[in-house]
Amino acid sequence: MAVALILLLVAIGSVLFHIYSPWWWTPIATNWAYIDHTINITFWITGFVFVAVIAFMAYCVFRFHHKEGRRADYNPENKRLEWWLSVGTGVGVAAMLAPGLVVWHQFVTVPADATEVEVMGQQWQWSFRLPGKDGRLGTSDVRNIAADNPMGLNHDDAHAQDDVVIENGDLHLQVGKPVKVLLRSVDVLHDFYVPEFRAKMDMVPGMVTYFWMTPIRTGTFDVLCAELCGAAHYQMRAKVIVDEEREYHAWLEQQKTFAELSPAKAIVKATYQSGGK
Amino acid sequence: MVDIPYEGIEGIPPAEVPDVELYHPRSWWTRYVFSQDAKVIAIQYSLTATAIGLVALVLSWLMRLQLGFPGTFSFIDANQYLQFITMHGMIMVIYLLTALFLGGFGNYLIPLMVGARDMVFPYVNMLSYWVYLLAVLVLASTFFVPGGPTGAGWTLYPPQAILSGTPGQDWGIILMMSSLILFIIGFTMGGLNYVVTVLQARTRGMTLMRLPLTVWGIFTATVMALLAFPALFVASVMLLLDRLLGTSFFMPSLVEMGQLSKYGGGSPLLFQHLFWFFGHPEVYIVALPAFGIVSDLISTHARKNIFGYRMMVWAIVAIGALSFIVWAHHMYVSGMFPQFGYFFATTTLIIAIPTAIKVYNWVLTLWRGDIHLTVPMLFALGFIITFVNGGLTGLFLGNVVVDVPLSDTMFVVAHFHMVMGVAPIMVVLGAIYHWYPKVTGRMLNEAMGKFHFWVTFLGAYLIFFPMHYLGLLGVPRRYFELGDATFIPSSAHSLNAFISVVALTVGFSQMVFLFNLAWSLFKGEASGGNPWRATTLEWQTPETPPGHGNWGKDLPVVYRWAYDYSVPGAAEDFIPQNQPPRARKLIQGAAS
Repeated sequence: MAVALILLLVAIGSVLFHIYSPWWWTPIATNWAYIDHTINITFWITGFVFVAVIAFMAYCVFRFHHKEGRRADYNPENKRLEWWLSVGTGVGVAAMLAPGLVVWHQFVTVPADATEVEVMGQQWQWSFRLPGKDGRLGTSDVRNIAADNPMGLNHDDAHAQDDVVIENGDLHLQVGKPVKVLLRSVDVLHDFYVPEFRAKMDMVPGMVTYFWMTPIRTGTFDVLCAELCGAAHYQMRAKVIVDEEREYHAWLEQQKTFAELSPAKAIVKATYQSGGK
Repeated sequence: MVDIPYEGIEGIPPAEVPDVELYHPRSWWTRYVFSQDAKVIAIQYSLTATAIGLVALVLSWLMRLQLGFPGTFSFIDANQYLQFITMHGMIMVIYLLTALFLGGFGNYLIPLMVGARDMVFPYVNMLSYWVYLLAVLVLASTFFVPGGPTGAGWTLYPPQAILSGTPGQDWGIILMMSSLILFIIGFTMGGLNYVVTVLQARTRGMTLMRLPLTVWGIFTATVMALLAFPALFVASVMLLLDRLLGTSFFMPSLVEMGQLSKYGGGSPLLFQHLFWFFGHPEVYIVALPAFGIVSDLISTHARKNIFGYRMMVWAIVAIGALSFIVWAHHMYVSGMFPQFGYFFATTTLIIAIPTAIKVYNWVLTLWRGDIHLTVPMLFALGFIITFVNGGLTGLFLGNVVVDVPLSDTMFVVAHFHMVMGVAPIMVVLGAIYHWYPKVTGRMLNEAMGKFHFWVTFLGAYLIFFPMHYLGLLGVPRRYFELGDATFIPSSAHSLNAFISVVALTVGFSQMVFLFNLAWSLFKGEASGGNPWRATTLEWQTPETPPGHGNWGKDLPVVYRWAYDYSVPGAAEDFIPQNQPPRARKLIQGAAS
């Protein structure tokens, strides 16, 4: 029976494609292997249901397709069967939801020892900021943005002066250190997206959003924008380099702080401008 | 086990539904153009939706040309690509699927299936279509205005949607919002009609629990749409005010092209909440009519009563209600308060239960049926596969933490195309093959139909199933070009090219279908009034196509539910809803 066979082949073909697909997730680079595990659990459960439903359907088509003299059963409902199917589905759903919620709890619970890094999106480039020696990021406001202050840091904030500002450069992170990535945008929505990190979050003008992670292996990773942000969305790229401790500090030494980047007269000018408005 | 009375002894209400005074057209214009007859309005809706849908289909070809063969087609630039994806999505979701299911199928089937002469408010029903047509024309006009249509993505997220870094920021976005506002006004007129007609104009004996599931699906979807569209309406008005008058509902302080803008204090997330408060129910506004219709297709062509009718009705209602408290699962990575994730993941996965029940009941209806593999049945089977596939991948995206890596990738694109693109379109096509004989009096050509089914079903599956794996790999959506990215192997580009070739093939195979529609209108085999030997009222009309007022002198009286197929002891394998029990006993007597 050709139709039944084709239906069955769709299910079998899908499973084979899944097994032999050369397209699979990138090697993970952070602690979020839990997310991959949850996806795997979900694949097992949904894969089983998919094959079971299609196989049953194909069998019905094979066994009960119209022949001369066949007559269908009359069978309006079967409370017991419907009840058991509902309960079974509920169990399957719980088996996916429970680990998902546990991992979500980890995802939204930032460890106390995470260091902060700021990523700022604008059409269509990335800027990064690290806290300086004081370990704190200074405040910022889009109204402070000027040619010599592209991240809009607050000149009056002492914490901002030693912040390391990286414009049009690559971000370096230290392997094994948990990091809370603070996300900010000055124009439209963006999304800081590194496939190997698994974690991602939108950047919303007017808000500071975040996620956290611990890089677990060194390497160079592509940063893409994952939230449509206008004409050059697809070209908004940067790189994140995860270093060993020594290389990381060597890199950090070369970076300029906000105070080094902004000459004194610029501070006066910015104050004048914001005062004028 | 059998506790739905199919004898039809009980349940003819004493109160007679008063017959209505119909508006009678006096000229060709009022009969065929400014018609108040729901059947004509249905066809007007369907033709308009199909026409604009074909535009969206062509846009998808252009997108696939660019994605499959980047750099080859110099006439597509990055701005146009964004305009294509935006218009494709918006047209398909709202102007095609919503309009076709509710305005098209709803108008044609509701009065016939509930045994009414027409919609309750025929004049408003006519206005509904003309406002819809105006909305479509305004939408189409954006292709010709300076700057072209908006390229903000069909979600139209501000601030991007109204700022100058996005194509169509001039006229495109303004007309888009205006068109949506018109669409909602038009829909509201039609929607109130459908709801009141189902509740007030059912014929004698047509209790709610005797309604065909098609009517339940369309009815529930309409109620949902009446509750959900206002959120989109206010969002559109507010965004329009932000764009035109410089208000800041959705606009915080921000920099536009290097300059501090005039905006300040608004919230981009507010728009997303409003949009998805509409947008998620919208998924089910498209899905529920499809659920209802496919139930009737399966039952009729398997010659078997739908399994678990009451559970099916409650599942429709439960899905409709639950769909209003899951919207923020579209916003897990939007930056909203992270603790919301627990709630929305839980509600979203709970929806899987009534949805799964519907799937079980469809396949259990096939069990021990007498399955006629007609074209409508094939499309119903295709629907089950694509819907199960797309529904199951929804369990990935609904489970908050799993969504984090997958959101905004091609996995999402594959998921929603499978579940609310391919699956409902399977039902639309199956339904057209099913009801075309009632609308025209002729059958569609079966050979062309089977060719159309296999190319469409297998092709669509080949397009969207592998696409999930691009998303797993991490390929982002809404990208004009993937460019240099070390994590994307060259094989992914080959897969993209393959998908594009299949997509073009499936697209062109729809021309066979359009040809079939036109050809069969003149050359199709005459169908008679009830070619599928179906039980529901629309097949029992005195004339085919049904005349003005649907029924002859008297309205039909309903004695039984819609699924009396293969009743033991009955001579025929179906008993129409309006067949009195006495007549059935006579048949039994004759048979024994």
